Amino acid sequence: MAEAAQNRPAVIEVRNLVTHYGSRQILNGINVDIVEGEIMVIMGGSGSGKSTFLRHLMALQRPTSGVIKILGEDVWSLSQKALFNLRKKLGVTFQGGALFSSMTVGENIMLPLYEHTKLDRMTMEIMARMKLEVVDLGGFENLMPSELSGGMIKRAAVARAIIMDPRILFFDEPSAGLDPVVSSQLDDMILRLRDAMGMTICVVTHELESAFKIADRITVLDRGDILFVGTVAELKSHPSERIQNLLNRRSEEAEIDADEYLRRLTGDKLEAEGMPR
Amino acid sequence: MSKGAYYNAVQNAAIRFFDRLGRTSVAALEELGRHGVLVAESIYWLVAGRRVGQSVRLGALFSEMMEIGVRAIGIIGMMAAAIGAMLAIQGIYSLKIFGAEGHVVVGVAFSMVREFAPLITGILVAGRSGSALAARLGTMKINQELDALEVMGINPVRFLVVPSLLASMIMVPTLTMMSMTLGLWAAGLYVNAALGISLTAFMDQTIDVLTVHDLLHGLGKSLIFGFLIAIIGVINGFLVKGGAEGVGKATTRSVVQCISAIVITDMLFALVATL
Repeated sequence: MAEAAQNRPAVIEVRNLVTHYGSRQILNGINVDIVEGEIMVIMGGSGSGKSTFLRHLMALQRPTSGVIKILGEDVWSLSQKALFNLRKKLGVTFQGGALFSSMTVGENIMLPLYEHTKLDRMTMEIMARMKLEVVDLGGFENLMPSELSGGMIKRAAVARAIIMDPRILFFDEPSAGLDPVVSSQLDDMILRLRDAMGMTICVVTHELESAFKIADRITVLDRGDILFVGTVAELKSHPSERIQNLLNRRSEEAEIDADEYLRRLTGDKLEAEGMPR
Repeated sequence: MSKGAYYNAVQNAAIRFFDRLGRTSVAALEELGRHGVLVAESIYWLVAGRRVGQSVRLGALFSEMMEIGVRAIGIIGMMAAAIGAMLAIQGIYSLKIFGAEGHVVVGVAFSMVREFAPLITGILVAGRSGSALAARLGTMKINQELDALEVMGINPVRFLVVPSLLASMIMVPTLTMMSMTLGLWAAGLYVNAALGISLTAFMDQTIDVLTVHDLLHGLGKSLIFGFLIAIIGVINGFLVKGGAEGVGKATTRSVVQCISAIVITDMLFALVATL
């Protein structure tokens, strides 16, 4: 898959992406391509910037600078109507599922159809049932989200995300809060979606096992920089100590300057109080 | 403490005070700006939504009208009747001093239609629906449901805010009309029992003293209250940060801000209208 990927067009192109929260720089000029039909896994520890990066990829957050092209269109130069049309080609499964609690599972799944198509109710219901079958939730359409388990909520969210047959599907931490068995089932489902529906899938996760199982390519983010982009095999054999530390969950021992460390802990309070340091 | 250190401490306290004052002012201005943006966006989606293929859904509007209006009929009706009777009781008690208790109808009619019906309706809807709106949107924000709407190509303002805003602006005046009627009816019953003036005579006299201007005064106010309740509830919901605790804070804040806004607007409206 990864070798063949090089010949396919990029559906997402990210160039020099920089993001600030206030004065803090979160992403430091990221460049990456995600090609058609691949599963790209974005990995990184907490605070690496992967969630912010995903929000940019989903066109939910405007970066400080840089360009994001999705399906060939520069997201932030589009008109509102064009952006809406582009979003119809994207599907997202959020970490907690983000199902609307006031609607049944079926209504949740049909919502994009209600909003964007003129299909009659019966057709929409049939389509919703079909997508529920795809995620092994057939017969659950009349339940409320509160009646589902964590794994079921995520699968229902996948059904909603694929109801419009999107070109690109995003997953935010699909394994979070799930036991290993359910998590593995979800991984199998992601692979099935790629193979059966030909979708491009982008998954943000910090679960190594899951990433190694599903990824065609992996992007490793660390402190706002891309450390690595490549296949699972390339990642595992990468010589960089920083990457191997991340993979083996080892924290780096940074050299600490004692004065700097004290200033970080106390801020300017000691000086403000007129006390000697 | 040396003199230098003392001056240093005073200087730092002053800096901290002005720093906090500045930050609070900027935050308040930012919130005001968000109110403005939200109102502009709501109007945009209401007017131009159909053109960009995202018109306001009638189903959502009716569902909000049901929640804000129909489900509040019981409590608002009861409170309006109680206030009407209370006005009659106090009116007769005060006017008896001058032997003019027969004129109680005038006082009750003006007070109920121009002041109490819109005010009590506004306050009750604020407590019931303003807080519910803030809690609902806040929870949706925390659960990433607002993000989910956006990535589905559904504008959250059009989908969630506009129906609530419209429903509130339709239902608060409607409930106010009901409050006026029930309040006057309850007052009439008490006056009948206390002074022997029949309910029909009470109502005839009420219609005689009231003008269309008085009715519009009450309804105009209630329209503004409906607008304020929805906008304040929505803004507080959208600004929620920090999980369940944030939702709780937003809900409380929404009720306090709604009631304050209603009372201040009521006073300003009365001032301007009676100039």
